Amino acid sequence: MAGGERMKMRYLLLEDGTVFKGNAFGSEEGSFGEVIFTTAMTGYQESISDPSNCGQILTFTYPMVGNYGVNPEDFESIDLALSGVVVRELAEQPSNFRSQNTLHEFLEAKNIPGIEGIDTRKLTRIIRNHGSLKGKLTKAGEEVNIAEEIEKLKATVIPTNVVQQVSITRPYPSPGRGKRVVLVDFGMKHGILRELNKRDCDITVVPYNTSAKEILGMFPDGVMLSNGPGDPTDIPEAIEMVKEIIGQVPIFGVCLGHQLISLASGATSFKLKFGHRGGNHPVKDLKTGRTELTSQNHGYSIDADSIENTDLEITHIALNDGTVEGVKHKKFPVYSVQFHPEGSSGPEDSKHLFDQFIELMNANSKKENSHA
Amino acid sequence: MPKRKDIETILVIGSGPIVIGQAAEFDYAGTQACISLKEEGYRVILVNSNPATIMTDTEIADKVYIEPITLPFVSKIIRKERPDAILPTLGGQTGLNMAIELDESGILDELGIEILGTKLEAIHKAEDRDLFRNLMNELGEPVPESDIIHNIIEAKAFVERIGYPVIVRPAFTLGGTGGGICHNDADLVEFVTSGLKYSPVTQCLLEKSIAGYKEIEYEVMRDSADNAIVVCNMENVDAVGIHTGDSIVVAPTQTLSDRENQMLRNVSLKIIRALKIEGGCNVQLALDPYSFNYYIIEVNPRVSRSSALASKATGYPIAKLAAKIAVGLSLDEMMNPVTEKTYACFEPALDYIVAKIPRWPFDKFESAKRNLGTQMKATGEVMSLGRTFEEAILKSVRSLETGHFHIEMKNPESITDEWMEKRIRRAGDERLFFIGEALRRGVSVEQIHEWSQIDLFFLNKLQNIVQYEKEIQAKPFDQEVLYKAKRMGFADKTIAKYWNVKEIEVYNFKKEHNIVPVYKMVDTCAGEFESETPYFYGTYEEENESIRTEKESVIVLGSGPIRIGQGVEFDYATVHSVWAIKEAGYEAIIINNNPETVSTDFSISDKLYFEPLTVEDVMHIVDLEQPKGVVVQFGGQTAINLAAALEERGVKILGTTLEDIDRAENRNEFEAALHEIDIPQPLGKTAVSVEEAVIIANEIGYPVLVRPSYVLGGRAMQIVYNEQEIQHYMEHAVDASPEKPVLIDRYLTGTEIEVDAICDGENVLIPGIMEHIERAGVHSGDSIAVYPPQKLSQQHIDTLVDYTTRLAKGLKIVGLMNIQYVISKDEVYVIEVNPRSSRTVPFLSKITSIPMANIATKAILGQSIIEQGYTPGLAPNRQGVYVKVPVFSFAKLRRVDITLGPEMKSTGEVMGKDITLEKALYKGLVAAGMEIKDYGSVLMTVSDKDKEEAIEIAKRFNHIGFRIIATEGTAKAIQKAGIPVDIVDKIGSKGTTILDVIQKGDAQFVINTLTKGMQPERDGFRIRRESVENGIPCLTSLDTAEAMLRVIESMTFSTETMKHEEVRS
Repeated sequence: MAGGERMKMRYLLLEDGTVFKGNAFGSEEGSFGEVIFTTAMTGYQESISDPSNCGQILTFTYPMVGNYGVNPEDFESIDLALSGVVVRELAEQPSNFRSQNTLHEFLEAKNIPGIEGIDTRKLTRIIRNHGSLKGKLTKAGEEVNIAEEIEKLKATVIPTNVVQQVSITRPYPSPGRGKRVVLVDFGMKHGILRELNKRDCDITVVPYNTSAKEILGMFPDGVMLSNGPGDPTDIPEAIEMVKEIIGQVPIFGVCLGHQLISLASGATSFKLKFGHRGGNHPVKDLKTGRTELTSQNHGYSIDADSIENTDLEITHIALNDGTVEGVKHKKFPVYSVQFHPEGSSGPEDSKHLFDQFIELMNANSKKENSHA
Repeated sequence: MPKRKDIETILVIGSGPIVIGQAAEFDYAGTQACISLKEEGYRVILVNSNPATIMTDTEIADKVYIEPITLPFVSKIIRKERPDAILPTLGGQTGLNMAIELDESGILDELGIEILGTKLEAIHKAEDRDLFRNLMNELGEPVPESDIIHNIIEAKAFVERIGYPVIVRPAFTLGGTGGGICHNDADLVEFVTSGLKYSPVTQCLLEKSIAGYKEIEYEVMRDSADNAIVVCNMENVDAVGIHTGDSIVVAPTQTLSDRENQMLRNVSLKIIRALKIEGGCNVQLALDPYSFNYYIIEVNPRVSRSSALASKATGYPIAKLAAKIAVGLSLDEMMNPVTEKTYACFEPALDYIVAKIPRWPFDKFESAKRNLGTQMKATGEVMSLGRTFEEAILKSVRSLETGHFHIEMKNPESITDEWMEKRIRRAGDERLFFIGEALRRGVSVEQIHEWSQIDLFFLNKLQNIVQYEKEIQAKPFDQEVLYKAKRMGFADKTIAKYWNVKEIEVYNFKKEHNIVPVYKMVDTCAGEFESETPYFYGTYEEENESIRTEKESVIVLGSGPIRIGQGVEFDYATVHSVWAIKEAGYEAIIINNNPETVSTDFSISDKLYFEPLTVEDVMHIVDLEQPKGVVVQFGGQTAINLAAALEERGVKILGTTLEDIDRAENRNEFEAALHEIDIPQPLGKTAVSVEEAVIIANEIGYPVLVRPSYVLGGRAMQIVYNEQEIQHYMEHAVDASPEKPVLIDRYLTGTEIEVDAICDGENVLIPGIMEHIERAGVHSGDSIAVYPPQKLSQQHIDTLVDYTTRLAKGLKIVGLMNIQYVISKDEVYVIEVNPRSSRTVPFLSKITSIPMANIATKAILGQSIIEQGYTPGLAPNRQGVYVKVPVFSFAKLRRVDITLGPEMKSTGEVMGKDITLEKALYKGLVAAGMEIKDYGSVLMTVSDKDKEEAIEIAKRFNHIGFRIIATEGTAKAIQKAGIPVDIVDKIGSKGTTILDVIQKGDAQFVINTLTKGMQPERDGFRIRRESVENGIPCLTSLDTAEAMLRVIESMTFSTETMKHEEVRS
């Protein structure tokens, strides 16, 4: 920020003892979270409102953030779930015809703290080398006992109820005239809803802990499992639900939804060293041989070996590290991807996967009709 | 997909000479492509007429042809080499056009030669305006309303429908030659007429102007498996209306939200897929700043200037991978050469911002229109990387070497508010500095936005810079303020000015308080993956990633942006020096700021610092790397000019010492040195005031050659003929002072000779002597140079060798030197000594196979010439005749006088080689783009002093059947000599004037020498410009005319009647 004088300082402390001193923006309150980084160069508004980042302190590797301000249209959720934002430089005077606020004003209103002016590349390299770390943003303008704070930080446990925090508590409809879809919200990005709406689906969004019975009772043409934060094994009730609906209805899963389908089918998950976060991740479709650039945001992944003894087959892999990026069920109309075909933010190369979902539902209802 | 096994030999077409719109970026692309194809095991044949390139080194391809890139010559090569395929998409528009010509000639079908990479059909679709518009309509992608026109009537009809402003874009031209934005009928006539002339298909596109839109570019790549990626997107700081080559550009985009970005990304990928591009492609788009509306401006279906910039901006080597795609490999099976751990099929993530500023030649062409529009005028560009816009843009400003270290005018006091507003409204080369001044005068960013259409985002950033100036001024030696100023990119020099101290004091204070830059790696992935790329930029942050190795290192300073007088030749020498340093067992480190060049390819050196070439920036790297020393003699005047300040700060200058460099460059010391070793030079002295200059000139006798000391490419150099002229020159052209003396020399007419030599301190190796076609007075860079000399006596050659040897030893040269001699009245004089690499080093190295920069570098590192296996003295002559012909970009620069003189004007060069001088000249002239007709008319207007010689030339032209057309004075003289001549009227007369003759294409050559007195000077100027505008060779030196004549004579037979006496007997 150019007029930095009026800004207060604050620290970003890491559990490994690293201390960054920068300028505070957004909320003056302190916060705690797992420090992660995203390499996307645009789309900060989508990233900070992505519920998958619940409880995390998000670092942008691109150094200038807030350039085009904040607009009322590009949110991926209504309330922000993340714990903090780390940038090299925050734009004070954004410029874009849709901009209504600065990022600072917006985060301040949403009570999310941010730190600006630190060597974010250094921070990124630390995370890359050590894996994701716990971190703390201190209160604005307050000196703290750093050693003490870091000790406290080490002792703090990352909460496991993140899905519960971001999911809705009561179902709501998003009506359309097309296929009836139950969309299970584990911390859903609006982008998924937007894509289904675009395809005229008649959608009911339900909480993460809705039972299979309840879902099937809505007679959906298909079930969409959304993205969401955290470790998939933290929501066994959802895994149970998925187990029960596989084979009953076409299912499409994205991100956490993908992990749940995999776990429900008997595969296992593991935590990646520092996750995949950004808008430039190449994913190879093993069937077509074509590589698409995808938007990704996940800290956990499905163990490729664990898929062998399940009814799933791997359909997509990450080109760079070979991790599983997509699976489909060998018997039933069930498929999922680890990345975000809805983009927002990020490339839209894979939006056809939503078309595939519609086709799958169409094919399935035809089959059912012919049976009838 | 695996690589193709059904092809073995591939012909790569280069881009020919450097001209505005097509510069060193194609040497970079071509070199990468050739190496890349060889890597895959293919036999590579290269054709390029430009000897000053790395790609024409014999190591780069299996066979290198330095021949004209014209249908007859390339066809000959094809018939000889029988390649299986041609790769045309890496040689710029020249390569592409050549491929189209070859295809149309039928030779490719005849010999079954395939075009690799993007297919010609796709190229046509992208380049032909009509086909392109049809394709866009099919895809449902918007293009601005437009129409193809073939004449001015059609143009007017279009404007009646659409209204002004409209843009004229000539079809199939380089850098938009001949085009422009029209606001009224007069503009329309001017641009349409010239546009039609330059378009090889006499076609222009008239287009609704969308000036004011954001100009956004996407560099995309696609392989034959249909994988498509965006390597980089860029945003022009200047809105639509200014050629992207003339725009300040940042990467990545700054003011686009993700939605806008993805929308344009999708469009770009859709287009590259529809065109079935196999390789690189550039998509230019215009985006409405107030909505999601956009238009497709243009698609370049090939590697371009923008892709070179994108490669350097991201680290992602587009040309290298494009070449591999062309032979069938797909993006997802190739590794990312930067990380070597991830795949090439990905989109680089930047964690810095890149700013590019073009370098324009207006410092040399004072009379040129400085306005920027749709026709590119820049000769080169600089790039900087930073973590903020402020930092990147200020680093770029000081990289320009235009005397600016900050966004400020040189003498702001003299600028009126009205003028300032005008220069911001109508973009020119100095707009950025005018904006700085406007902000300082309190003009609001909103107001400046209204004037310039530049996005408020960028203007606010510039405002940040200007506002912080006051803070710096208010708090001298405040550590916090200084740190922040450095983080914003302020130069030490600027801060020193504000603090009223010497620059070194700021530097020392910085070091004392550890306010020094760290170096961050350019890794394509924003730190996500480990990389080993030795590619760094400096910034003021916490963590330094550039670690000094155990190996002893040598730093080579590059030559900065390409400009007239300092072209790609210096990059050539820089690269060779780097290679030699590596060979000698040292770590070679390069510092440079030019994104177009081979030297800034991170795979060339052991370490690349992409940084400004200023004392401050170089010193920080020296402090970190602790090298054995710094090599300054290959980076042109850019590097030489840094030598003194570096040595002052304790840096060891390797090679010729600073003291000796000074002795060659300082007039008085040089004179003393010459006197000592007894070598004559033209009478001359230095003047520090107008009065002194007049006295000296009168003393020496007119004409005299005047020039400021320490200049490049003869800037502000003139021949003056009388006292009045010298007074005018001293008052207007230069700013003489004791620090900046002006040199005044006797102007000697005679043959000019150029010699390059290498000295190891004891032995002197002279690879060759070159003779100039044009007599002394024409800048050596603008003269045709011939090797070996054709007219010199052995005695003179001996003298030249003797003088060169004595000069090298006497001046204690260690490394390269370049000497200009003039032979006047049978006496050899030294005109100039440059204690550094020169423009002719690549030319001579290629002819003689003596790798001059390599030998010189090793000599600098302590290996004697003899130890390196070379015999001192003049190397034996090579067989054949070689000519270096200069190439000009006058068509792109309106209002520039094309007359050759002491000030250099050419932008590039070509080589012609063959067994006779005439054949070599023919090739050279053809390669330089001249059309040599063997019949027709010659239009002559010459000055009185040239009349005698002109008669001889007229006689010879007449002899081979040319009609002579001349203006009255010239015609009279020719008539008197008994040669038939047609008289044309002067400009302004009622009948057929000389301009009509040129416009109608009634003359095939124009010979016009600088006229004094009789004819108004501007008439000569108009004649010359008219020739350029009509694409007719205009020769402003009788020597060039004579050379051209010799070529034509050798091509034709004379027809003569039988003599009477013979008939009788």
